[in-house]
Amino acid sequence: MIRLWDVHKTFHAGQVNELWAIRGVELHLPPRQFTILRGPSGSGKTTLLTLIGGLIRPSRGRIVVADRQVSSLPERFLTQMRRTTFGFVFQQFNLIRGLSVLDNVMLPAYPLAPPHRELMDRAHRLLARFSLTARANARVEWLSGGEAQRTALCRALINDPPVIIADEPTANLDQALSRELMILLRELKAEGRTVVVSSHDPLVWESSVVDRWVTLRDGRIVEQS
Amino acid sequence: MTMARFRYLLDYTLLSLARRWGRQLSLLIVYALLVLLLASVMLLGQALRWEAGLVLSAAPDLVVQRLMAGRQDLVPNAYLSQLTGLRGVTQVRGRLWGYYYDSAVGANYTVMTDSSLSSGDGAIGTGVARVRQLGVGDWLGLQSSPGHVFPLRITRLLEPNSELVSADLLVMGEEDFRRFFTFPRDSYTDLVLTIANPREVATIAEKVRRLLPDTRPISKTELLRSYDSLFTWREGIGWIILVSVVLAFLTLAWERASGLSAEEQREIGILKAIGWETGDVLGMKLAEGLVISLTAFLFGYLAAWLTIFHGDGGLFMPLLKGWAVLYPHFHPLPHVDGGEVATLLVVTVFPYTIATLVPVWRVAIADPDTVMRG
Repeated sequence: MIRLWDVHKTFHAGQVNELWAIRGVELHLPPRQFTILRGPSGSGKTTLLTLIGGLIRPSRGRIVVADRQVSSLPERFLTQMRRTTFGFVFQQFNLIRGLSVLDNVMLPAYPLAPPHRELMDRAHRLLARFSLTARANARVEWLSGGEAQRTALCRALINDPPVIIADEPTANLDQALSRELMILLRELKAEGRTVVVSSHDPLVWESSVVDRWVTLRDGRIVEQS
Repeated sequence: MTMARFRYLLDYTLLSLARRWGRQLSLLIVYALLVLLLASVMLLGQALRWEAGLVLSAAPDLVVQRLMAGRQDLVPNAYLSQLTGLRGVTQVRGRLWGYYYDSAVGANYTVMTDSSLSSGDGAIGTGVARVRQLGVGDWLGLQSSPGHVFPLRITRLLEPNSELVSADLLVMGEEDFRRFFTFPRDSYTDLVLTIANPREVATIAEKVRRLLPDTRPISKTELLRSYDSLFTWREGIGWIILVSVVLAFLTLAWERASGLSAEEQREIGILKAIGWETGDVLGMKLAEGLVISLTAFLFGYLAAWLTIFHGDGGLFMPLLKGWAVLYPHFHPLPHVDGGEVATLLVVTVFPYTIATLVPVWRVAIADPDTVMRG
């Protein structure tokens, strides 16, 4: 499903503040598996997730997702992949302020322009599944951390992507909400999706849903199981 | 882009505008005021030229003035009979007109004659009626050139199509005019010629110059041209002022647009990250710019229209009608030149929209993650 060959990522190349975030990563993530990327802060977890998800391009190396080489795809096709192949859940949720929960959830589907009724039904089903129906019209800045996280999950799922990428999804949640989130992620895996999560939360690593652990340090994979 | 996709983008645009309504509203007001100023000058200039054209369409084909030492002088009656014989001239008529300063109200009147008026009767323009507070049947007391009291009974108020020209008119019979100004009986102010074939006007003017070398023939075309250039010049002053305003506005728009706020940049990054194409983001921002600029244009233009055609002419009236001593109540007929509206639309809407799009494009082509992190 996801393969990386000798992937490097350098920020500010050639400048005094040059930063080697990822160095020679080789990785194979089979479909329908739950993978955890772990490691200390600054180890390159988030950078690796954004590389896999096509949010940034590698400085060197190849990344193939669902038989398409995302590292060299033209911008237009890369955007299509972000829309249909990946569902992102960001550490800071990255919801659009001033909009309602429902509007935020429907946003990724706008460029696909499905019939409005169908999109509304899909969004409402997701909101019901994640216990957000009562908050559908609330502005996202009024949500609790757990509600915002679930809204971000709904948004990630609106286009029914086969890959879910979550960056430190429990970082802003208490333990109870973190457990709740892991249950939801387990359900997503059970539906046949590939789930890639970065975390340094032991509660996430120790979850029975996890199939693989990949440990990063200084941009390199130092351990994987 | 499909219609459905466009509708979704438009929905998002409207939501986006509603989120920042305070900021958008203030921008809209400034923008609409600018359009109001620009459109006022344009509509007023158009209306004045249109008005002048209407008035001059009834003007004589050729006016003949006599010059003495480079200044206009009275025309002897004998010239009238000399010109009557010219081939192509169907009618020659002597005109009597002049100016009168009314010290009671400090205004200048244009005095003309009308043969249908009986001795002692007069007709006045609405401007004169207004400043002297007169109506039909009232007496207008003037002081003749020798210093005698000269009463005129108002029998008619002039209500022609163009108040701009007729407001300061005072009309009396020919005999009264000569007595009032002590005007020589054997002279006229100027002569007017009616010419059968309009193409012969220049030829006949040349014949007049040769026959009466101390005269100056003025054709209707020349009058129209000088009126038109007068209005264009006055309108030009307005444009120079307003171009400065436009440049100031564009600088502001560019300042605003070139520095997208961190929140706006983050939003564009999020949209790109969840699958919006660069074209979608640009389309949304284009729609946002168009909604603001077109709304401002509509409100500004409508306000200008109401001010010019249904109000008192707006701020620019004194500038554009500056030649009138007695300011008339000017109610020009609504007249719109499609070309000028299109020009105004392009001048006001296009630069703003482009100025807004450039920085958005710069952000939208960057990696979404880089943009989100700022």
